[in-house]
Amino acid sequence: MDLASLILVAAISGGTSLLFAVLGGILNEKAGVINLGTEGIMLIGAVMSAIVFVQTNNLFITFVVMLAATGALGLLHAFLCITLRANQIVSGLAVTLFGTGLSAYIGKTVAGAAIPVTIPKVKLSFLESIPILNAFANLDLFIWISIILSIVLYFYMYKTSWGLHLKAVGDNPSTSDAMGISVIGFRYFHVVIGSMLMGCAGFYLIMAYSPNWIEGMTSGRGWIAIALIIFARWNPIYALVGAYFFGGLDSLGFRMQNLDINIPSYFLKMIPYIATIVVLMFIGWKNRNRPSIEPKSLGNPYFREQRY
Amino acid sequence: MSQKSSFDPLSIEIAKNSNKSRIFPYKLEFDAHKKTGSWWVPFLSILVALVLCAIFIVLNGMNPFTVYMKMLQGAFGSTFGISETIVKAIPLLLCGLGVAVAYKIAIWNIGAEGQFILGAIGATAVTIFLPNLPGALYIPIMIAAGIAAGAAWGLFTAVPRTHFQVNELITSLMLNYVAILLLDYLVYGPWRDPAGFNFPGTPAFTPFQLLASIGGTRLHFGLVFALLAVIILAFFLAKTRWGYELRILGANPIAAQNAGIKINKHILLVMMISGGLAGLAGAIEVSGVAGRLMYGISPGYGYTAIIVAWLAKLNPWAMIITSLFIGGLIVGGYSVQTIGLPSSFSSMLQGAILFCLISGEMLSRYRLKRVN
Repeated sequence: MDLASLILVAAISGGTSLLFAVLGGILNEKAGVINLGTEGIMLIGAVMSAIVFVQTNNLFITFVVMLAATGALGLLHAFLCITLRANQIVSGLAVTLFGTGLSAYIGKTVAGAAIPVTIPKVKLSFLESIPILNAFANLDLFIWISIILSIVLYFYMYKTSWGLHLKAVGDNPSTSDAMGISVIGFRYFHVVIGSMLMGCAGFYLIMAYSPNWIEGMTSGRGWIAIALIIFARWNPIYALVGAYFFGGLDSLGFRMQNLDINIPSYFLKMIPYIATIVVLMFIGWKNRNRPSIEPKSLGNPYFREQRY
Repeated sequence: MSQKSSFDPLSIEIAKNSNKSRIFPYKLEFDAHKKTGSWWVPFLSILVALVLCAIFIVLNGMNPFTVYMKMLQGAFGSTFGISETIVKAIPLLLCGLGVAVAYKIAIWNIGAEGQFILGAIGATAVTIFLPNLPGALYIPIMIAAGIAAGAAWGLFTAVPRTHFQVNELITSLMLNYVAILLLDYLVYGPWRDPAGFNFPGTPAFTPFQLLASIGGTRLHFGLVFALLAVIILAFFLAKTRWGYELRILGANPIAAQNAGIKINKHILLVMMISGGLAGLAGAIEVSGVAGRLMYGISPGYGYTAIIVAWLAKLNPWAMIITSLFIGGLIVGGYSVQTIGLPSSFSSMLQGAILFCLISGEMLSRYRLKRVN
């Protein structure tokens, strides 16, 4: 493989966990709920995958248990934000704090040991002779699932009536309610499904990217994913591009340590974080005179009896 | 059709009458006018969180009462425990004050961790770059440098928010990671003590660069700074025009803007104060407790401070109590390690407290009303 496809492969494998998390975040925010628990949910997803896989050695059971655990955490966030109408930002921070603590607490048994897992690969031998596209010839199954998922979600959100209802719920819940859409039901559903996708991000991180549980192993990826939602303008297809861009930056830090470059590795590791801020500043500056495209009731709980 | 009939006075009359035959003649009513929960909510939520975490302790095969008694003894059972608790409470109090000021106007600064680290770096820079100052000048200059470094780090969060519409949550958190990497670079690289046997830390401070300790314990005069910060901040929030404008901005930003309050000016100022207080905490930590800048100088004070601030409902005076409580929780968390619980147990407990607190705040706004 040539250099360009090597970089592409690195970007894709580094970006896939981000992609799952961004897609989950988009579903949450489209329904009008900010989910800052991404980091904590990813950690719970990762640690549950590690524990269950070490116990059962079965990828499918691991995946299902991980979905249940992260879905439960999402349900907790949904209950606080939708039913109790608590502050979504504080609730999300609580999810992250709790998830970080809980994952460290229950992860003691599997800490440090490599997880003996092999993710099935999808071989597309006809791509191997094509210059750039040969990057896609030997990717693992979950990368393809994430790519297909972002396309499916794009069609779901923009081309189906459910997806348009979702947009309505996030933009104007009282009108949606008057139309007969169940605002509470839509929000619950999408927060829980979105949290499960964030769990998939943790699952991918520990099963494919670095199969070894370390406390706080997401190291801010959850927060980068939240930033990527804005970068992707709440669009799953842009999320694909954004996640691979940041995944590339992430693995750039790793790769450049091996090359003989006279920059301390600490500064290379700063690249994704600083790039996030710079990119967001650029987007903000570019759109300074345009109305915001974020869901209009983002962060506001819906209360049928409240007058506006 | 059925929807329309509910406006019919007759059907309302029928509905009222039908309520009389309810088995349980009460209903939950949400009081939308009550903006905050009752005073007892923090206490009850701590209790509920302790019960919830007891479940995890039981699953771990231990007796929750033994664990909690052990924590209580470790934190408040001896002079050493109490002084350790206060030592932990000082940075929590200062960082908590910092984030609370920002939260008052809905600026979600979660970057106290980074601002704390920058404060520690700023204070240490004085000892490294100005080795020949007269002794008495060290502490004031180090404190000032810490505040300045923290405030500057706060501005890195504020300026993208005011001039580029970047969400401060993301910026402040990203800057935490940058600050930690910067700290690692300094203590593993150029600032490492050449005589330190590869220990990732700077050379130990000279006696003039250390804050005096109180009564032969690890307790130090940073306590005075922290209490002064509470008094000054409480005064400014309650008695000045600035505090009044913050209250308006917090209650209704649109009304505040229409009244001519410049929101961007306030965001910049508040983030400088917020960062400055966290930076002060960092400077106090290196010169009062650690005695040098070293790897992992903050065990997550900046994040824990968020809980300190919310438990106190952003009230500076109440934060004295909540910081002592959380400080005790951390010290107690160390002492349960001796009986086999990981130290992350206390951070799990903190997360659970925050959950119970915010749900309790909302639940206490419901009233049980008799239907008649």
